[in-house]
Amino acid sequence: MKVSIFITCLSDAIYPQVGEAMARLLARQGIKLHFPEAQTCCGQPAFNSGYWDEARASARTLLEAFDDSDFVVSPSGSCTGMIQHYYPTLFKDDPVMLKKVHQFCGKTYEFSQFLVNVLGVTDVGAHFPHKVTYHPSCHGSRLLGIKEEPRQLLANVRGLELVDLPFAEDCCGFGGTFAVKMSDISGAMVEEKAQHVLETEAEVLVGMDMGCLMNIGGRLRYEGRPVRVMHLAELLYEGVKQEV
Amino acid sequence: MSTTFNPTTTIKERARISLNDEFLRNAVKYTTEKLRTSKKLASDELGNWEEWRERARQIRLHTIAHLDYYLSEFVKNARANGVHVHFASTAREAVDITLKIAEAKGAKSVVKSKSMVSEELHINHRLEEIGVEAIETDLGEYIIQLAGETPSHIIIPAIHKNKQQVADLFSEEAGETLPPETPILAGFARAKLREKFLEADIGMTGCNFAIAETGSMVLFSNEGNARMVSTVPKTQITYMGMERIIPSLEDLEVMATMLPRAATGQKLTVYMSAITGPRRPDDSDGPEEMHIIILDNGRSSQLGDPEFQEVLNCIRCGACLNACPVYRHVGGHTYGWVYSGPIGAVLTPRLNQDTEKWGEVAYASSLCGACYEACPVKIPLHDMLVYIRRQKVEEGHTPASERMAFKGFKYIMSNHRRFKRTVNLGRTGQKVVVRDGVITSKIGPLKGWTEYRYAPSLAEHSFRDSWRNLYAELEGSTPDMSSDVMKRLEEAKKKQGGRRHE
Repeated sequence: MKVSIFITCLSDAIYPQVGEAMARLLARQGIKLHFPEAQTCCGQPAFNSGYWDEARASARTLLEAFDDSDFVVSPSGSCTGMIQHYYPTLFKDDPVMLKKVHQFCGKTYEFSQFLVNVLGVTDVGAHFPHKVTYHPSCHGSRLLGIKEEPRQLLANVRGLELVDLPFAEDCCGFGGTFAVKMSDISGAMVEEKAQHVLETEAEVLVGMDMGCLMNIGGRLRYEGRPVRVMHLAELLYEGVKQEV
Repeated sequence: MSTTFNPTTTIKERARISLNDEFLRNAVKYTTEKLRTSKKLASDELGNWEEWRERARQIRLHTIAHLDYYLSEFVKNARANGVHVHFASTAREAVDITLKIAEAKGAKSVVKSKSMVSEELHINHRLEEIGVEAIETDLGEYIIQLAGETPSHIIIPAIHKNKQQVADLFSEEAGETLPPETPILAGFARAKLREKFLEADIGMTGCNFAIAETGSMVLFSNEGNARMVSTVPKTQITYMGMERIIPSLEDLEVMATMLPRAATGQKLTVYMSAITGPRRPDDSDGPEEMHIIILDNGRSSQLGDPEFQEVLNCIRCGACLNACPVYRHVGGHTYGWVYSGPIGAVLTPRLNQDTEKWGEVAYASSLCGACYEACPVKIPLHDMLVYIRRQKVEEGHTPASERMAFKGFKYIMSNHRRFKRTVNLGRTGQKVVVRDGVITSKIGPLKGWTEYRYAPSLAEHSFRDSWRNLYAELEGSTPDMSSDVMKRLEEAKKKQGGRRHE
């Protein structure tokens, strides 16, 4: 069984620790991850901006990279959503590629989906004695229907106090190029999201998408607020590392 | 201050004005939150909300797929009921038909109940030009008419106004200072509008649903004004978008279940009227003459388009506006045309059939999908917004700098070696701007980002750079896969062919 990581361009270049945490957590389950080098980006920035030809060029690298993988696991609900929800549209006029796309969609999972729904793991044995709030990213929850998986994993972390984020389901204002193109609107959205995070008085904000976390975390630092921002995999790994 | 319809400004300019308007933002947040909460309670109480949504969607899909059939059935039955049915392919034609009726009736005054379609016509101004007074009788519409504005929400037209602002507007109209108290303000409007109802020559309404099998038009309202408008004046004119049709009364039951719950969280609106033709000899009230003007105005061009036909399924409940995090911050006038929020961002370029001029509104979305989730008939608005953006690209209406940027994206992202080299270059290049691991500089290409938050820096070693070492380390230390995990993987692999997402 070849289980591969789709790291996403963002985590690859900016947040490699997320991929490392995933690889180490999965190794504890006896899974040796593979990293097919040919992968680049899911193509979402181009797709969402309407540049579908450009998006396809990028998507092809993934289809090629993961052609012989049995499972593909990614630390992003948004990039996984792009694959699951939009690749069939992107390649609808190309029957050969479309067949590959359907296979690819079938074997691709967001990290918490893979852990909970495939491996049946809801307790990784972590201890993380902190007050934590959780932001459910839009694409993970709405495009992929991931609602309970991250919560189940967090509920089984010993010492962790999970506090509800007010208006949790509201978008943080990231939206890829939206954040730059409509910066004033996006800025207002992230300002409010950061405000809601601060209202919880949590020490840590956890999520399943580095795009959203980069946005909210960037705002919190801009305001000089010491809230730690972590990907779910990072939090879980830190929790098991301390146990060893 | 609020913006009204002004096509000479850009959406960014309009958004900036709204974002600087604390009153507007607080008023919109307050009301949309209230509506969201009520909708949630009402749909939970009803139960099986997803099944209801699917049922409503199927009715709308079926009707729109056979719109020609149901429309002609409706027209046939409405005419048999004694209604004068007119077709208008453009807003201008609808105006001309209206003015002709008004002139033939020698009308001096018109009372209107709420109609979004009539906003497409700017009918009030056109009536005033020929000396006919047109009065909005829905309280919210009355408020914005006094303010000289357009509706900023599909069902709550004055959502952006607070009590004090309403009191100021009414005081001016009353010629005396009215306190910002709801009973007093509502009392003033009621007294004032009552006079208008009694002296009006024509009553104008919109149409929530038109029932093909009976030829009836159905109105949902909360204030009772639609009943006054459709019973007191001698002549009634109803505006109806050509897609308002549903096949039967049985389908109305589903729509009557969904529309009020999705819109305001009500189980039923206070008034639901089904009007089947003008006054009959035994009727105690009703108009002597009834006209229905069926408006196309860009709608028929959605038919047969696989990407956009579903936008005609909309039942104008406004739930997508209430769920939208962008609408929440900028309100309705930012969108620049009649319809606002996510549905407006799609309808505006589509009904105007001009993506170059109107398509920029499709960028005012983070594509979070809250609109789709809120929609009682499951219109994939977040997908449609991407299709509009793609049209802009295909038609060559995006900025040259953006086209260049995505050319670069394609070059870099179509090959992992190029991607790796680009990241390495960036790492060297960023040294001049990175402080304490973040970029704070408000100049350069990241300006839009850094104005509101810090940007992260590229990691010292990318994941792909450090993978070899990590792999080697894990290779030696990873325990063997347990038979349980192996079994789970095998089971999951068998099911992979059946995994599909909407």
